[in-house]
Amino acid sequence: MRATAADETQSGALVLLCVAAWAIPGAGHLWLGRRNKGLVFLVALPLMFAIGLALRGRIFPFDLADPLVALAALADFGIGLSYFVAAALGYGTGDVRAVTYEYGNAFLIVAGLLNVLVVIDAYDVALGRK
Amino acid sequence: MHSHLFLLVLFALFVSLVFAVIARDDARGQIKLGGLMFAGFIASALVLGWLMYPFPL
Repeated sequence: MRATAADETQSGALVLLCVAAWAIPGAGHLWLGRRNKGLVFLVALPLMFAIGLALRGRIFPFDLADPLVALAALADFGIGLSYFVAAALGYGTGDVRAVTYEYGNAFLIVAGLLNVLVVIDAYDVALGRK
Repeated sequence: MHSHLFLLVLFALFVSLVFAVIARDDARGQIKLGGLMFAGFIASALVLGWLMYPFPL
């Protein structure tokens, strides 16, 4: 069965929604009119990521030779544009000697993973499942 | 920001907040679920911390 033009437009909008929701935490919910939820995500997730950077956590590189580092990098990547902004500004180099280093990593990784959950939630809302 | 307990509480606060807002649509449900999760995080961390206390590194 061939997809109609309306189906393609809808799936294109869904992809755009998911990309926006990933790039800016909460943008997907704001787009869908869930203003309160969107604002909570918009504040909480970048703040959590920033706290992770302030705690001298590390933005892990995509190093496939070390699978755990690659998985951590994938989780960090989940936060969206903040990942690139922090990397461009030289943050997230990590200081393994800092007493808060592991806490920083936990904040960075979990912020990224929570944003992935937020993207999935926005997708579900857009499909009318929630 | 070097207090481990403070960082633990902050982490639990963020995670419970986001989970509660994802899982519930009404403010009452969000507060109830978020509060429960937050209390669960803190209580389990303290209990596990004390259980591990006798074991040396």
